[in-house]
This record gives sequence, structure tokens and C-alpha cells, in this order.
Amino acid sequence: MNHNQPVYTDNDPQNELVTLNLGPTHPATHGVFQNVLQLDGERIVSGVSTIGYIHRAFEKIAEHRPFYQITPLTDRLNYCSSPINNMGWHMTVEKLLNIQMPKRVDYLRVIIMELARISDHIICNTIIAQDTGATTTFLYLFQFREHIYEIYEEICGARLTTNIGRIGGFERDFNEIAFAKINKFLKEFPVALREFESLLNRNRIFIDRTAKVACVTAEQALDYSWTGPLLRATGVDYDVRVSEPYSSYQDFDFEVPVGTSGDIYDRFLVRNEEMWQSLRLIEQAMQKLKNEPEGIFHADVPEFYLPAKEEVYNNMEALIYHFKIVMGEIDAPKAEVYHAVEGGNGELGFYLINDGGRTPYRLHFRRPSFINYQMFAPMSKGMLLSDAIINMSSMNIIAGELDA
Amino acid sequence: MAQVTNQELIALLSERFGDKITGIDEPYGLLTFHTTKDAIIEVLQFLKEDSLANFNFLTDITAVHYPEKKLGIAVVYHLHSMVKGVRVRVKVFIDAHHPAIPTASTIWNGANWMERETYDFFGVKFEGHPDLRRILNMDDLDVFPMLKQYPLEDPNRVDKKDEYFGR
Repeated sequence: MNHNQPVYTDNDPQNELVTLNLGPTHPATHGVFQNVLQLDGERIVSGVSTIGYIHRAFEKIAEHRPFYQITPLTDRLNYCSSPINNMGWHMTVEKLLNIQMPKRVDYLRVIIMELARISDHIICNTIIAQDTGATTTFLYLFQFREHIYEIYEEICGARLTTNIGRIGGFERDFNEIAFAKINKFLKEFPVALREFESLLNRNRIFIDRTAKVACVTAEQALDYSWTGPLLRATGVDYDVRVSEPYSSYQDFDFEVPVGTSGDIYDRFLVRNEEMWQSLRLIEQAMQKLKNEPEGIFHADVPEFYLPAKEEVYNNMEALIYHFKIVMGEIDAPKAEVYHAVEGGNGELGFYLINDGGRTPYRLHFRRPSFINYQMFAPMSKGMLLSDAIINMSSMNIIAGELDA
Repeated sequence: MAQVTNQELIALLSERFGDKITGIDEPYGLLTFHTTKDAIIEVLQFLKEDSLANFNFLTDITAVHYPEKKLGIAVVYHLHSMVKGVRVRVKVFIDAHHPAIPTASTIWNGANWMERETYDFFGVKFEGHPDLRRILNMDDLDVFPMLKQYPLEDPNRVDKKDEYFGR
């Protein structure tokens, strides 16, 4: 089948199957990817997924960029939770370079990563609601994504593709306004989330549309290498934050919600509960920050962390480091490292091979959307088209992460 | 829950596969070893099903191109045992001129797209794969772009040489 061309069925009246090109640009796919579906009435008989419409060769580009220039590439993977990707990349390089981070930086990172997780889950859950017909909740909760973006803006100046933080810490400390905005968010968001839940969690129409639809067993999910909320909805309590804690997640007290049947309703509930847990994490991090010395926002690694500009102008040593870092002449060990973080959609892994040069010899992203999505076509068989649409929304497939 | 150490795994694998397991290393605590093209499926099956190891989860499959080596393409598997909380990395070096290796999609369904991606970028033929087509690049591309001989920029341009940009 040639996917560059739309597919038409012949007009043989005996052949009642209809071919539907769902995508590449279709309002229900929330991203650029195509599914060629064979339909018998409203039921899907078979489907073929075609992806790669926004493939940008990040792995190839990364082989020609110094480490700090790769951070903006990671922004564009899962652009709904860019800070998690940024932090994941920084931590991969820090692992390679054996940099120990101060606790305060770890806690700041936890705050920013959990905000990103909330914004990611807001998008997914409100879109499930939107695709089942509940427009109100979508518009209502989406304003909090805007508030999260305002917090990003205060910290790094950008909103969507954040490029937040640097290898070895943050580029600057969080300011008073950022903390005030985080506190305001912590106060206002629980109210809205509770209202969101009260509109949907026991809503008969919503449950009829989502419960017992697209059930996945734990065995199937593991067989297809699912991770993240999708895997947890099937009952497997795998969360990278717990199994291999990074950025001091071991200091925090939080729960990993799991579902039982792996259907769309369970995925929705798991994501909702994860937002509550993320709020708990942010609150704890804000408390812990009070016991940490003020003003520390990066590790003391002058050979890898860009010095302040006034230092560069007035201090010979800082000038040398500045030059070496900008020209990519840092001494990184010849080694290979795999580092995983819990992204919005699951295990986001960075496999980095360094040969001692300025750029990675090879960098591979383990992208959860890409790996999760391959089950979509097989599991759609026999499903109603309208169920397949909300199934796709509940998988939270982000085209940037799918195609890299 | 009994944990399993890298040493125990090395002992177990050496006992079962002998000299088919080479290049054992532990970069950053992650057990890494090389095996051969003929043994890979047996090794993966053993790692998945043996009760001590039980690497039931396939995290990732990818490849790396080393043009200067005799066997120039390394296919890299990352496995994970969620029960024991251990990861392992398995590498197979194959001939870059005729890259072929048996498919792991017989063991995990999730290997399907990971192998298609590896084929798409490195041209590795996964023998027995049910649907080995390009996945991210367009179908009529006639090169495998992640191989090192293909430059990132147009080589005819004189203003975009890598050395001008500190790369």
C-alpha cells in the first residue's frame, strides 16, 4: 500500500468495506500522523499506521552538535512537557561527567518537572473529555496550562520549547515572582482539578464512553514495551522515579497510582491521580527548599557550567572556561551511558555514546510515544471508529516525540 | 524480593553460553556484553525466561555505526527486569556491508517498530521480521541516513563546514 496517495476502494457493491484515511491532518488525531483504516460500517476491520510526517533527524543532528546545543532539540520531542526532556538530557550528561548536584538544584528540578507533568496530563485528560464531547472541561482546565507556562516564562523566558536549565544546574535562580506564581498555582489548581473530576469521574455519559473500551492486559502492555500512565493503568506499578530515583526523588513521599483493567477510564483516572501526586511533590519540594542554603542554583563545575557574563569580562579563568565550553572543547570521558526519566508518557531514555570528541558519537532517544503507539493499529481491530478516536487521545501521542 | 547482582548474571550467562559472551563491562553500573548474531535470539530468550534474570521488558533496540571496525554495525538491545530492578545491554556486531540479524519480534511484539526504525536508519535487515519497511523516512529514500558516511550538511557548500562552527 502506498501511503503517499490517498487510498480509494473500488465501487464494487459486493465489497462493502470502506477505506478511511484518518489523517495526516485530522482534528481528532491531535498531531500529524495518518491511519489508513478499513471500515465495515462503523467497525474497524484493519488499520495501518503511517508516521514520520514531522521527522526532523534529531539523532543525526545531535551527532554534529556540542552537548549544550542538544538541549533545544530535546524541547521538540514531547513539546507538551519540554522541561522533563531538558532535565533528562542534562542528567544524562551529568551522569556521563560524574557531576554531583546540590540538593537545592535537585528540588528545583523536581518542581519544574512535576509542573511539566501536570501540564502534560492536563492536555491528555482534557482532550479525552473533549473527544467524548465535554468541551467545558477542556476550556476550563486548559487555563492552568497557561499558568504553568507563565511560571516557565518567569524561570527561563520561554513558554513551549523551554530550553530550561543548563548542564550542571539552572542558568539563573528562581526569582520571587516565580515562587509566588508557584504558590498561587498550588492554591488554585487543586480547586479546579477537583471540579474537573467532579464533572467527569462519575459522569454516566463519560463512563459509558470510556470504561471497558480498549482494555489492555498487563501482559500485552509489557509485551509491547508500554511504559508510563498507560502501563500503570493496566496494573503494573512501574515508575522510573521510584525504581531508579534521579534528581533526589527518593527524598519525597508520593504514591504511584495504578489501574486494574487498562481501559481508557483507568488511564484517565491514573493521570488525574498523578496530577494530585505531582502537586504533593511540588509542595514537599517547596518545603524542603526552605532548609537549603539560598542562592545555589548550579553545581560547582566551572569546566562544564558557563560562568556569569561579568566574570567572563573580568576574570581570565572564567574567560578560558567560557571559550572552551562554547567551542565544545570539554573533556568528557569516552563512555556510554543510558539514563531514563519518567516523562509525561513513560520512560524517556537517552542512550549516549561519547568517543571523547566535541559531539556525541551516537545519541538515541527512547521515545515513549513512538513505542506506545505501535499497539494502536492492532488494538483498533474490531473497535468502533469513535472508540478508536478516544483511544488515541488517551494514549497521548505527541507527534514530536513520535517522529523525533 | 531477591536482588540479582551483575556478577551473578555474568556467572549465569558464562555458564550457559561460554565463549559466545564476550566484552563484559559495567559502564555506570549497567551490565554490558557482546554476543554473536547466531546466539542473539537464544540469549534474549534466556534472559527473558530464566527465573534468576527474568528480563521480561524490552526497553529499546537501536544500532551504532563504526565505519573503521571490521564488523561495523553494532545492534544494541536494552533489557530491563522490572521485578529485580536491573538493566542489561546486549550488543551484537555485524558486517556493515551485509547487515542482517534475526528478529526479536518473535520474542516481544514491541520489537516490531524498534527494528523498523533501526532498519530505516542503518539498513539492518531483521530476518523474519513480519513487516520490515521504512517507518520515519519516506519510502523511496535510497540511503540509510544514520550511517557515518552521510554528512549532515550538503558537502558542496563552502560556507557551512563543520570546523567553522566548532563541531
